[in-house]
Amino acid sequence: MPGAEDTMDTSRARIGMWLFILSEILLFGGLFLLYCVYRYRFPAEFRSASTVLSVADGAFNTAILITSSFAVALAVHFLRLNRPKPVVDLLTGTIALGALFLIVKGSEWADKFAQGLYPSSPVLLARSKGEVLYFGLYFVMTGLHALHVFIGICLLSVLAVLTIKGRISARHPAVLENGGLYWHLVDIIWIFLFPLFYLIA
Amino acid sequence: MVSSAARSSDGSTVPYYSDAGPRPGILGWILSTDHKRIAILYLVCILSFFFTAVTLGVLMRIELASPGPTIMRPQTYNSLFTLHGIIQIFLVVIPAIPTILGNFFLPILIGTRDMAFPRLNLFSWYLYMTGAVLVFVSVFISGGPIDTGWTFYVPYSLRTTVDVPLAVFAVFVLGMSSILTGINIVTTTHQLRAPGMSFFRLPLSVWGLYSTAWVQILATPVIAITLILIIVERWFGVGVFDPAKGGDPLLYQHLFWIYSHPAVYIMILPAMGVVSDVFPVFARKNVYGYKAIAFSSLAIASVGSLVWGHHMFVSGQSDTASIVFSLLTFLVAVPSAIKVFNWIATLYKGSIRVEPPFLYALAFVVLFAVGGLTGLIQGALATDVQVHDTYFVVGHFHYIIFGGMGFGLFAALHYWFPKMFGRMYDRRLATIAWVILFVGFNMFYSTFLVLGWEGMPRRYYDFPLRYQHLQLFASIGAWIMVGGLLTMFGNLIHAFFRGEKAPANPWGGATLEWQIPSPPPTENFEQIPTVSQGPYVFDDEKKVRR
Repeated sequence: MPGAEDTMDTSRARIGMWLFILSEILLFGGLFLLYCVYRYRFPAEFRSASTVLSVADGAFNTAILITSSFAVALAVHFLRLNRPKPVVDLLTGTIALGALFLIVKGSEWADKFAQGLYPSSPVLLARSKGEVLYFGLYFVMTGLHALHVFIGICLLSVLAVLTIKGRISARHPAVLENGGLYWHLVDIIWIFLFPLFYLIA
Repeated sequence: MVSSAARSSDGSTVPYYSDAGPRPGILGWILSTDHKRIAILYLVCILSFFFTAVTLGVLMRIELASPGPTIMRPQTYNSLFTLHGIIQIFLVVIPAIPTILGNFFLPILIGTRDMAFPRLNLFSWYLYMTGAVLVFVSVFISGGPIDTGWTFYVPYSLRTTVDVPLAVFAVFVLGMSSILTGINIVTTTHQLRAPGMSFFRLPLSVWGLYSTAWVQILATPVIAITLILIIVERWFGVGVFDPAKGGDPLLYQHLFWIYSHPAVYIMILPAMGVVSDVFPVFARKNVYGYKAIAFSSLAIASVGSLVWGHHMFVSGQSDTASIVFSLLTFLVAVPSAIKVFNWIATLYKGSIRVEPPFLYALAFVVLFAVGGLTGLIQGALATDVQVHDTYFVVGHFHYIIFGGMGFGLFAALHYWFPKMFGRMYDRRLATIAWVILFVGFNMFYSTFLVLGWEGMPRRYYDFPLRYQHLQLFASIGAWIMVGGLLTMFGNLIHAFFRGEKAPANPWGGATLEWQIPSPPPTENFEQIPTVSQGPYVFDDEKKVRR
C-alpha cells in the first residue's frame, strides 16, 4: 500500500517539524526572557530609545512578512490541488518579499549605524544603560531573526527547484508544508518583535 | 511477548555489521543510515572521548595527591578541569545512552526497522563529530585551552584571554545534534510502535528515552542562545551580561541553568529506564508499579525543568526565588524516590540471579541514592551555604552522574552487549571489575563529600596541608576506580574479538530485542511483530500478569 506509506511519512514529517519549531521558539524564548527582565528594569529608557526606530519602516516590513506568509500558504494550497505552476510562482513571490524585508531591515540598521548607534559605539555608550540594553537586544534579536529569514529564503529556493523538478507534488507535499511552517514561524516571531521594539513609545 | 512473528532463525540471518550493503568498507559505516550502525559509530567515539576525559581526571588527581605544584602549572590545571567537564558532560554523558543505546535499541524495543528519520539520525552524528572536533581544535589554537569551567560563567568567560568563542560554538553544535536526536526519538516512539505496542506496553527504558528526548528538545535551545550571546558579547560587546552597560551577569546564570539543570535529567533519566528494564529480568518478576515508574519519568522531566535556581542560592537572587526553588527541588526528589522504592519492591521476593548487569544496576541504585540524598543537603537553603562551591558539590555531582548515569550505562552495556555483538564476555571478570570499580568509586567520591564538608573549595589547584591525607586517599581511590574501568572495558573489548558466541536470549528477557537473533539482522525483524502483552511477563513466572 504505497498510499498508506505516504500518509505515514507525511504525518511523521509533520511531527518532526512541529518539534523543531518548538525548539526554535525556545531559542528565541531565551532572548524574549532577557527583553522582559530589562524592560521591567528600565521601562522609561526602553520607551525613549524606541523613538529612534521608524514605525513606518517596521509596519511596512510587518506587512511584507504577513503577505509573504499568505503567499506560502497559497502555495501549499495549490500544491494540494496538484497545480505546480502557481506553486512555483507563489514561492518565487515569497522569496522576493523575504528579500525585500531584508533590504528594508538592512537599510534600517545602516541608518542606525550612520547615527553612531551600534554595540559599543561611543554615541551609544554615552546614553543611559537602559538604552544601551535596548539597542543591544534590538540588534541581537532582529539580527537573529534576519538570519532566520535568510535561511528561510534559501530553504524556499530549494523547495521551488524541487517543485519544478516534480520531486514535490500533491502526493509528496510534506517537505513544502514543512517549509511553509518554518516561514510562518519566522513571520510570527517578527509579529512579536515589531510591537516590542517599535510600538512601546 | 511476540505472538505472530520474529522467531529465531539462527544461521540464516546476516548480522547488521557484516551485511555487505550498497557501500563497502568504512563508507558502509559512515554513510549508513541503519540505526544500529550509527549507534556503533557513537559507541566508538563516545568511549574514546570518555577515556580522554578520564585521563584528564587522572592527571588532576596526580596533581592533587600532594600539596603545592606537583606535575603542572595552575593555568594548566584550570584548563584540565574545564576540558574534563566539557568532554564528559557534552561529549559523553549527555549523548551516551540516547545515542548509543537509544539508537540501537529504541526501534527494536518498539518493534520497527529503523528510526523515524534515518538520514537525520546520521546527520546528528556528523553534527556531533563536528562539535567534538571543534572542542579539540579549540584546545590547540592560539590563546590556549579554555579555562572557564564547563559552566562558562560570565563575566570571566567574557574577559579571559583564551579562545572562548570556538569552544562554546562547539557546545552549540553539540546542542543542535542533541535536539535532532530528541526529535527523532519522540517521533519514532509516537509513530513507529508495532501493532499492539501501546504506550503502557513499552519497556520502561523507552519511557526513559522518551522523557529525556522531550527535555533535549525543550531545554537545549535555551543554552544554544545563551552560548551564542557569549560569542556576541565577546565580539561586539552588546552588553546584555555586562554590568558596566546595564546588563546583569546573574541573568546568564539563570539562562545557563534553565538548560543545564534539566540536562542533569537528560543524563540520568535514560539510565533510570535501563535499570527499570534490568531488574525485572534478573528478579524473574514483573516490575512493581509500571505506571508509577513511567509517569515519574515524565514528572522528573517536567518538575526538573523548574528547579534551576537551586544552583544560585548564594548568587544574590531574591530570597523568595530561593525559597521557591528550594521547595521545587525537594518536590523533584519525590518521583526519584518513587522509582527507587519501586525498584526495591521489584526485587522483593524475586528469584534473583546475580549477573553482571544486575550488579551494575544495583550499584546504580545505591550510588544514585547517595547522590540524591546529598543533593537534598544542597537543596536546603541553610546547609547549601556551608557546602556551596566545595568538593561536596563535586562529590554529589559525581555520585549522580558517574554513580548514576555511568553505572546505568555500564549496566546497559553488560545487559545488551551479547545482543549488540553476538558474543558473551567473561562474567566472572565482569564481576571482579564491578567490585574494583565500586570500591574505588566510593573511596574517591565519598572522600570528596568529607573534604567538601570540611571546607575544601572546588576547582582549586592547591590545598592546605591539613587536607593532605584525605586528598591522597581520594587520589588512591581514583586510581583503583580507573583500574576497575580498564578491567571492565578490557573484558568487553576482549569479548568483542574472542568472546564465546552468545545465544539470542542469554538473560531470559521478555522484551522484543531478545526475540530476534544476536546480533540483529539489518532489518531487525523479518516480519513486524504483533505485541499482545506487557514487557515483563516471563514464562517462568506465570502468576504475575499485567
